[in-house]
Amino acid sequence: MGKETPNKIDPVVTKDWGMVAQKKLMSTYYNQVMHAKEEGKKVVYTFIPGNLVELVNNFDLVSVYPELLGLQMGLRQSAEKYLNLGEKEGYADELCSYLKASVGMAAIDNMGPQGYKIPEPDFLLLIYSNCFTFLKWWEILRRRYKCPIIEIHLPYNGNAGGINKESLKYGVKQLKEVVIPKLEEITGKKFDIDKLKDSLRNSAEAEEDYYHVINSAKNTPSPIDAALNGIYYVGPINSALRGTPQVVEYYKILRKDIEKRVIRGEGPVTPFGQANDQKYRLVLEGPIPWMVPESFYKILYDEKAVIVGATYIKVGGSYDLGWFHDPSRPLESLCEQVTNCYANHGIKTRTEIMEKHIRDFHADGILFHSIKSCKSYITGQLVMVKELERKLNMPSAFFESDMMDARFYSEANVKNRIESYLRMIDQKRTMGEAT
Amino acid sequence: MDADEIIIKCNDIYEDFGQSYIKKWKTEKSGRRAIGYTPIYVPQEIFYAMDILPVGVFGGGDLIDIVVGDSYFQSYICHIARSIVDMGHSGILDQLDGMIFPFVCDVMRNMSSFWNTIFPDKYSYLFDQPQNFIKGIGGEYYKGIISEIVKDLGGNKLDKNKLIESMMLYGENRNLVRKLYEERSKRPWDIPITEAYLLLRAGSVMDVKEHNEMLKEYIDKIGQLNRQPEDNVRVVLWGAFCEQPPLSLLKVIEQSGCYVVADDFALALRQLENNIDVDEVTRDPVGYLVNSYLDHGINTPCRFEGDRNKLKDLVGIIRSTNAEGVVFAAPSFCDPALEEQPCYKEELDKKDIKHISFLYSEDTSQFSNIREQLGTFTDSIKIWG
Amino acid sequence: MSYYMGIDLGSTTCKVVIIDENKEIVSKGITNTRSDYTVATRFAEQEAIIMARFYFLENALRENILKSPGIQVDIEKVLLLLESSFRLCDYKEKVLEMGEVSKSLTKKDGSKVSGILEDIFNSIYKEANQVITNLSFNKGVFFRDLISSSFTKYLREIKDFEAVDKIVGYFDKSLLQIENKFNEIDFVHTTLGTLNMDNLDNSVNYDDSIINLIKNSIEDAGNYNFNIENKVGTGYGRQRLPFPKDQIQSEILCHGMGAHQMFPKTRTVLDIGGQDTKAIRIDKNGVVTSFTMNDRCAAGCGRFLGYIADELNIGLQDLGPLALEAKKNVKISSTCTVFAGVELRDRLSLGERRSDILAGLHKAIVRRAVSLIARAGGVENEFTFTGGVARNVSVDKNLREIIASRYGDVVINISPDSIYVGSLGAAMYAKVG
Repeated sequence: MGKETPNKIDPVVTKDWGMVAQKKLMSTYYNQVMHAKEEGKKVVYTFIPGNLVELVNNFDLVSVYPELLGLQMGLRQSAEKYLNLGEKEGYADELCSYLKASVGMAAIDNMGPQGYKIPEPDFLLLIYSNCFTFLKWWEILRRRYKCPIIEIHLPYNGNAGGINKESLKYGVKQLKEVVIPKLEEITGKKFDIDKLKDSLRNSAEAEEDYYHVINSAKNTPSPIDAALNGIYYVGPINSALRGTPQVVEYYKILRKDIEKRVIRGEGPVTPFGQANDQKYRLVLEGPIPWMVPESFYKILYDEKAVIVGATYIKVGGSYDLGWFHDPSRPLESLCEQVTNCYANHGIKTRTEIMEKHIRDFHADGILFHSIKSCKSYITGQLVMVKELERKLNMPSAFFESDMMDARFYSEANVKNRIESYLRMIDQKRTMGEAT
Repeated sequence: MDADEIIIKCNDIYEDFGQSYIKKWKTEKSGRRAIGYTPIYVPQEIFYAMDILPVGVFGGGDLIDIVVGDSYFQSYICHIARSIVDMGHSGILDQLDGMIFPFVCDVMRNMSSFWNTIFPDKYSYLFDQPQNFIKGIGGEYYKGIISEIVKDLGGNKLDKNKLIESMMLYGENRNLVRKLYEERSKRPWDIPITEAYLLLRAGSVMDVKEHNEMLKEYIDKIGQLNRQPEDNVRVVLWGAFCEQPPLSLLKVIEQSGCYVVADDFALALRQLENNIDVDEVTRDPVGYLVNSYLDHGINTPCRFEGDRNKLKDLVGIIRSTNAEGVVFAAPSFCDPALEEQPCYKEELDKKDIKHISFLYSEDTSQFSNIREQLGTFTDSIKIWG
Repeated sequence: MSYYMGIDLGSTTCKVVIIDENKEIVSKGITNTRSDYTVATRFAEQEAIIMARFYFLENALRENILKSPGIQVDIEKVLLLLESSFRLCDYKEKVLEMGEVSKSLTKKDGSKVSGILEDIFNSIYKEANQVITNLSFNKGVFFRDLISSSFTKYLREIKDFEAVDKIVGYFDKSLLQIENKFNEIDFVHTTLGTLNMDNLDNSVNYDDSIINLIKNSIEDAGNYNFNIENKVGTGYGRQRLPFPKDQIQSEILCHGMGAHQMFPKTRTVLDIGGQDTKAIRIDKNGVVTSFTMNDRCAAGCGRFLGYIADELNIGLQDLGPLALEAKKNVKISSTCTVFAGVELRDRLSLGERRSDILAGLHKAIVRRAVSLIARAGGVENEFTFTGGVARNVSVDKNLREIIASRYGDVVINISPDSIYVGSLGAAMYAKVG
């Protein structure tokens, strides 16, 4: 997911090339959104967990991602306003914060968190996978914006082992017989398979470089923080810009930049300085709380803890696991990548992914962030905790808040849990593991 | 059996979660098995045709005390998931040879993916029901699912005749349930909500043949107890399609002055709205089953709205049953119910149809708030119509 | 001999334990946590030090008796008398001071309010003897609880309703002032002073030689060079302690270590504190191997019980015993603090008995706690229950039943000192340095 600059961070001292360049790159996307109507472009609302970016771009559309806007609202401290508006519309406390914020935004004439009006959709693209709430959310938006909706259903990858044959056939058929014809109808443009293959070729190239960037965490010290830096680095590849030459360029340079950091033995650049001294290497399940990224991160920084592996950056696609788009099988590959997004995997697969990170990146500990908004993410986390402890003899720290709603974040509570966990690791290190 | 005895039998099955019934049913013929399913919809006909009793698993309600179940789910997750896991641990689900989980929401979806981790010896399957309703696409996908389930359960081909018989029986069952609802709409005082409810719950456990007989008997005897109509308000109860309200809550709803003339208690017995076309079924039973779902499957929050208009359809139900208001009763933390509510409410406001809403959980035991709310609601309808 | 102090600054109570270099517990102190954490710590520390002085007093008495063969003294009785007199003395001083504070607060108000308050404080002072019973302080009843319950009694007698509100306000304000004002207590001065007042037990008549022996022992105990080598703080409020970082320890580790010290075969620890619940697994050395904390919803913790006690207008310490009187099984579905009041009132209005409802509530709390333990991997023998809520007899009973039914024959350790486990662990860490 993309990320705008958090307001309080000093851009000169506390950002690396990847973060600065990402901002520039993403601003080209935001400009597209801002000027879409003026430029006569059609606007489609869709989402990142389960996206068909290259296909959408085939039709010269401008994509808007309401969950990305939710993230922006969190970072820019305007979440409360939008959430209150959403709750006023009748959406209960316990529901997805992104959904509420999006309805809230529609209630104030689409005035977005970046200070400009987000263009209303000409149509909605419902790629139904990863999350049940999307189904309801897009039905709600259809009523709000009174526009057509294109729907494709890509089933759950509950069984370890990836998408099954039936589901893949089903997905491809829907693309061929429903999605593409409808896109042609709405946009008046013809589908161009070669253009799609070119985009996918670019995507695959960028994804491979991105893979090396994220997997650089296997080094000691790790040159990246998979959550803090990761959320910047994953931005372009999870956005509407994927498949473009600029994104290919970005990841090429980023990869080299990271490789240099490895040679120099440098750690990640954080808002508080370069984290070269890494006392604790942790794998994080769940996002950083977007409404308080720095105060949360400070807890880790003060403890010399670095996040070497993060699952949240896989919500838009698991490229860092080596699952790239394949231009030789364009429609199949698009379907596969949708179902390979993190939240579309069963708990067994998710546990295996975490296990892999813990081993590959030599992690000392595991953090679970349970976000009350997102049942798709959090249901089953307690089983993952148990399984990881059983398999790796490594317990986890577990804390609850939300990705956007500050009412659910208690710094004292979170700090207490993380600190207690790290003290437990310390104790084990000094006194040794006894039976 | 007279009506009272029928209800007592249903209540026994309800309180025992059908364990004794299933045990007995299995012993009556060799090779019989039972499979549990969670809300909302599964193709029961397929299982029945394979001599597998489809058994609805709708949570522990207020009948069990959960301890282990809570250790699998943190805050903000509904109660039914906890009680189902607890029931698995405590042995209540031991009579079942496996579980089918329709994709009703992310909680159940994810739970289906770790069911095998906690109960490795039992079969489990996530039924990701089609959200595309074109016969050549969603229909083919659904047929693929059916083949997969049939293969998993040890049959390489379905016995066509058994399937036809099964579909006829379930078709009859749906007709009888519809009749029950029609009768209740006509004279709700003769069919207390708890009785109708227990009949449905029993039906989600019993052999469909037996349930059909039971329904016929009960319907026959409606009115024999000469119950008198009360000055109650006719309402539609909406939102209780997955985690179920406890019986005591249903009683409270009625006692507070409501006749529930329509509801969305899914319980898998009402999912298809068409009458069975004998010729079509005989020609291609699987195809007919699949198409019935695509074309005539009822609206649920877990089904993509597509070309339908759920709001209009709800208003249609209200009008056709002469309901005077809607009671939205949703379980706490239920995404499907709570995410749909605001749009429904907005529509009802436009049409000047009164509504009220409250939250419950399957083991709710304190009702004073709800009683108060409902009392006020029914009074206001009676006074200001 | 070296001594070490552990301080557990919890959300409801502050506990202090002093151990010697042989890891023996010398003394314990407890007070209610108040808004100023530093003051709360000082009160609790002072309490532990005073109790340490009583510990040394016992030693001094024994030594001195050995040196004086002709003298026969029942040491237990003497200590009990001295301690209760000490408490009485302290209580009376506080009541006087509070009376003075309220006088100055009510100065601008009418003489009527001021007069009523003065009368109330006089009455409270007069009945102080009856209020201070021997073991009251060990049961975790604090000054606030004692004086409030006396005050409520007299408040009920006031007919003037207008004045009542004001009086309650002044009472609360003066109580806050007293609670947050730390007074250094001189052990020798105070204890010697109690020898001159009316003893609680007039049946004992001590002759001069005994009195002298006691006086000397008091001075010996007071003068004993008792130096705290190291202190460690832990608990919810530990960040607020004015200690350097290496003198602050995680409460998880302290509870693990403290439970290990108290019951060396412990492998599973359950701590139900004021605000949160923790399930901790430790190994044979007291090292924590994993821990789990309760969900966001802090239902079923100590605070919840406090809230219920307030609703029922009874003391916290009376909840457990009342619940044990239950005759019926009333099922309470939630331990949500937000709805507890409603559910409670609802049931009472339906005619349910308090004891039955309380029994249901206690069961629900225990179920939640056992569920947390299940999440942490279940119970491994032996199981130790710590924290303030462990003093609740109904919670204990339910816990034993549920664990026996789910985990079979497990040794369950519940000690009257369970509330001190965290501070004991902290003291152990202070010793380790």
